[in-house]
Amino acid sequence: MKRATKPKMLPSPSEWSFDAIEHYHREIARVAGEFGLDTYPTQIEIITAEQMMDAYASVGMPVNYHHWSFGKHFLATERGYRRGQMGLAYEIVINSNPCIAYLMEENTLTMQALVIAHAAYGHNSFFKGNYLFRTWTNADAIIDYLLFARNYIAECEERHGEEEVEMLLDSCHALMNVGVDRYKRPPKLSLAKEQLRQREREEYLQSQVNELWRTLPLQDVRAGRDNEIRFPTEPEENLLYFIEKHAPLLEPWHREVVRIVRKIGQYFFPQRQTQVMNEGWATFWHYTLLNQLFDEGLLSDAFMLEFLQSHTNVVYQPSYNQPWYNGLNPYALGFAMWQDIKRICENPTDEDRTWFPEFAGTPWLETFDFAMRNFKDESFIAQYLSPKVIRDFRLFAVLDDDRDAKLRVSAIHDDSGYRQVREKLSDHYNLGSREPYIQVWNVDLRGDRSLTLRHQQYRRRPLGDSADKVMHHLARLWGFTVRLESVDDEGKVELVQENRLEKRTLGGDARY
Amino acid sequence: MVRIIDRRFDSKKKSAVNRQRFMRRFKQQIRRAVTDAIQNRSIRDLDNGEQISIPGKDLSEPQFQHGRGGEWENVFSGNDQFASGDQINRPMGGEGGGTGKGSASKDGQGEDNFVFHLSREEFLDVFFDDLELPNLIRTQLARITEYKSRRAGFTSSGVPANINIIRSMRGALGRRLALASPYNARLRELHADLERAKEEHGPESDEVKEIRAEIHRLRVKIEGIPFLDSFDLRYNNRVKIPLPVTQAVMFCVMDVSGSMDEEKKSVAKRFFMLLYLFLTRTYEHIEVVFIRHHTIAKEVDEEEFFHSRESGGTVVSSALHLLRDVIRERYASGQWNVYAAQASDGDNWDNDSPICRDILANEVLPYCQYLAYVEITPGEPQNLWREYEKLIGSHANFAMQRIEQPSDIYPVFRELFKKNLV
Repeated sequence: MKRATKPKMLPSPSEWSFDAIEHYHREIARVAGEFGLDTYPTQIEIITAEQMMDAYASVGMPVNYHHWSFGKHFLATERGYRRGQMGLAYEIVINSNPCIAYLMEENTLTMQALVIAHAAYGHNSFFKGNYLFRTWTNADAIIDYLLFARNYIAECEERHGEEEVEMLLDSCHALMNVGVDRYKRPPKLSLAKEQLRQREREEYLQSQVNELWRTLPLQDVRAGRDNEIRFPTEPEENLLYFIEKHAPLLEPWHREVVRIVRKIGQYFFPQRQTQVMNEGWATFWHYTLLNQLFDEGLLSDAFMLEFLQSHTNVVYQPSYNQPWYNGLNPYALGFAMWQDIKRICENPTDEDRTWFPEFAGTPWLETFDFAMRNFKDESFIAQYLSPKVIRDFRLFAVLDDDRDAKLRVSAIHDDSGYRQVREKLSDHYNLGSREPYIQVWNVDLRGDRSLTLRHQQYRRRPLGDSADKVMHHLARLWGFTVRLESVDDEGKVELVQENRLEKRTLGGDARY
Repeated sequence: MVRIIDRRFDSKKKSAVNRQRFMRRFKQQIRRAVTDAIQNRSIRDLDNGEQISIPGKDLSEPQFQHGRGGEWENVFSGNDQFASGDQINRPMGGEGGGTGKGSASKDGQGEDNFVFHLSREEFLDVFFDDLELPNLIRTQLARITEYKSRRAGFTSSGVPANINIIRSMRGALGRRLALASPYNARLRELHADLERAKEEHGPESDEVKEIRAEIHRLRVKIEGIPFLDSFDLRYNNRVKIPLPVTQAVMFCVMDVSGSMDEEKKSVAKRFFMLLYLFLTRTYEHIEVVFIRHHTIAKEVDEEEFFHSRESGGTVVSSALHLLRDVIRERYASGQWNVYAAQASDGDNWDNDSPICRDILANEVLPYCQYLAYVEITPGEPQNLWREYEKLIGSHANFAMQRIEQPSDIYPVFRELFKKNLV
C-alpha cells in the first residue's frame, strides 16, 4: 500500500492513550505484514506495575495454581522494584492464541510502541513459526489447560489439605527440568478432552501400576540375575513421566498433579532453548519495524531518540572484565546475529561467500524465515555465527579444566579460532552441557523396588550439592529407596547417593 | 483487528494467596527474624514494617545442577589482551565459568539471604502472635480523662456569643425570598395590569387607582416580612470530645546484675515494647526514661540500657530512689502521666526488699498512673516478690506478674487494662 501524499505523523506525546496505542498498533501491524511476519492475532492488555509483578511471579502466566514459590518470587521482585534495583520487564508476552502482550501503564507511548513491535510481532511470529514451539507447545490450549490445572489443584487442596499438596508440588518442581520429553511429541491438550479423560486415566493408570507388581512371576530367587529383564527396558529421560506412570504408591490424584507439573514444564521447554534466537529475533523486529515507520515519516525525532536510547540499553554487551559482566547478553548476541544475517544476504563480502555460500546474496526475508523456523540456539549459533560477529564481540573461549593449574585461552577471534569459538559457544547453549543429563536406569522389580538413576557425566562435570535435596524429593514420590549413579566418560559407574526409604510417606498406603 | 484490554482495574493482589502461602511456610524463620529484629529495634519503633532476612538455603528450590569441577569451556566477550594458548591464573573464588554470580554472604555460605519486606500489620501480627494476645486487647484504650472542645457544624440554639452571622444572614435571606415570592409574582402582574389600564382607561381612571392601592398593599406586606427572625439564627456548635492526655512518661527500670542474662533481658524488652505500644495509643507524646541498676542505679540511654553487661549484686532500692528523684525533679508538675515498669529476676539483697516496698508505697506509687513489676524467673518467687505482694490490694495502680517466657507477658497487660477501664 503506497501512500501518494506525505503521511500524517503519528501522535507522540509521552503520555499514552488508548487511541494512540491503537493507532500505533495499526501502523506496526501494517509494516509487519509488509515484511511477511506471520503471527497469531494479538491481544494487548494494559496492566499496572503490581499486576506485572503478579505476572512475573507466576512465571508470566495469567492463571496458575497457587504455590509458595510464586509468593517468594513475588516478594523478591517487589523488593527489587521498590528499591529501584531493577526495572520491570520490558514486556511479558504469552505464547498463546491469541498472543497476549502486556503493556505496563507506567510506560511512555514510545515504550508502548516498542513493546508492541517487540512482543506482539517479534515474539509472536517466533512462537508461531519456530519448530520447537510448534512441536512442544499448543498455543490454542495453554490457557485452558492452566485453568484446568489451577482448578484441579485447588480441588485437591480442599480434599487433601494444602500442606500435602504443597509437599507434592515441591517434589514435582524439583524434577521439573528433568521432566520433559526431548524427542517425542506430546499429544495436544484441550480443556474438554483433558477433563473428559482425566477420570478415565486415573483409573487406568492405577490399574496399570498395580498390575506391574501383581503379575511378577513366581520364580526361583536363587536364579541367576543375568537374564533378568530390565525395567524400564530403555532408559527413560523424563523422570516425571516415569513417576507418573510407574511410581507404585501414588494415588490417582498424585499422578494427575505430577502430570500437570510435567505438562507445564514441557510448555516452557522450548523457551529455555531459544533464548538468543527468540530475543534476538524480537529485538531485530522492533528495531526494523520502527525504523521503517520512521523512514516513512510517521515517527517524530523525539520518539526515535527515546526509542533508540532504550534499544541501545537492551543490546548492550559489557566486556568480560567489567564488574557488571554477567555472561553474554542474549538480546545483544541475537540481535547482532540477525542483523548480520541480513547484511550477509544484502552485502556479502568475500569472507561471507566462503563461510555462507548457501545464502550469501540471497533475499534476506527468505533466509530469515528459514532460520527462524528450523533452529534452536545451539544449532542457530553453529550454523549462523559469522566471523564478523565474533570479531565485533571480540569473543574468546577459555578452557577451565580442574586438572590444570591455570585456565587456558583455547580460541580467540582470529582465523584459526572462528570455528572453535563458534563450536564452543554453540555447545554452551546445548542443553546437555547446561544441565546434567539424568535418566531412569533401572527399577529393582524383584527386590526392594528401588529406583536407580544414572547421571551421564558431561566432560567430567560432577553434580552440584542440590542433587541431595532433589533425591529426597524423588524418594518421596517413588516411595521406596532411590539411588543415583554417575557414569564418567570411560563408562565407570559410581554411586553418588542413596536415599533409603523404609516408611511409605506418601501414596497409597494411608492405612499403614 | 487488535484487542486492547484495560486490565488495570482487575482484581489486584493476584499473588496475595501465594504470598500468604510463603509466609505460612516460613513462619518459623519469619518469627525468628522478627525476634532478631526486636532485639535490634528501639522500643519506640514498633510501628513500622520490617526487612526480614531468611537464609537462602532454607527456601531454595533444588534442581539437578552441575557442580564445580570437570571441564568447562566458556565464551566471553570483549577480548583485550589474550591470544590463543595464553595461560591465565584462576580468578579468586575459582568458579569455573566465572559467570559473575555467587556473591558472598556474611555466613560464608555462598548463598544469599532472601530479604523481603514485612508490612507493619504483618510485623505486628507476628509480634503479637508470640505474645498470644487476644485481638480485642490490641485495640482497647486506657481511660480518658481530659476533653477538648471542637467544632461540630451549627445548631439553632445557643448563646449569642456563638452566633454565626454568615449562616444566620444566609438563612434570613432565603426565608425572605421564599416568603415574598408569591407577593412579588402578584406584584409583577399588577404592574403589567397597571400599564394596560393606563393605556385603556387613562392615567387617572378608577381602575388605575384600584390597582395602585393593591400594589401599595402588597408592598406593605412585603416590607412586613421581618429582616431577621429568631428562626434564622444559627450558632456555632462546639462539642467536647475526649482527648487523651497528651503527655506521658514511661520509666523502664531493669535489673542488670549478673544474674540477668540476655534471654531475660529480651523478655523484659518485649514487655517494655508492649507497654510503650499501648501508651502510644493513648498519648501523643511519650518520654521514656531508662533506669538500670545493680548495686547502684543509673539513668542511661536505650542502647546502654539493653546492651551493656554488669555483674555483681543487686540493690533494688537504689533504682527506686533514683526513680523517685527523677519523678520529683522533672515529672511532678501534674501534667505528666507517669507509668513505670520494673523488670527484675527477683534477686535482691535481703534487707533491701522491705525498703523497696516502703519507697514504692509512700513515695513512688502516689505519683504513678500505673506501676507494673515483672519478675522474670522460672524458679520460686524471691524475697522482693514477697514484699511487693503486700502492696497488692492497698494500691490499685500496682500490678505484679511473674514471667517465664514471652507468652506470659500478656496477663500483665490484661491486668493493666482491667484497671484502667474502671
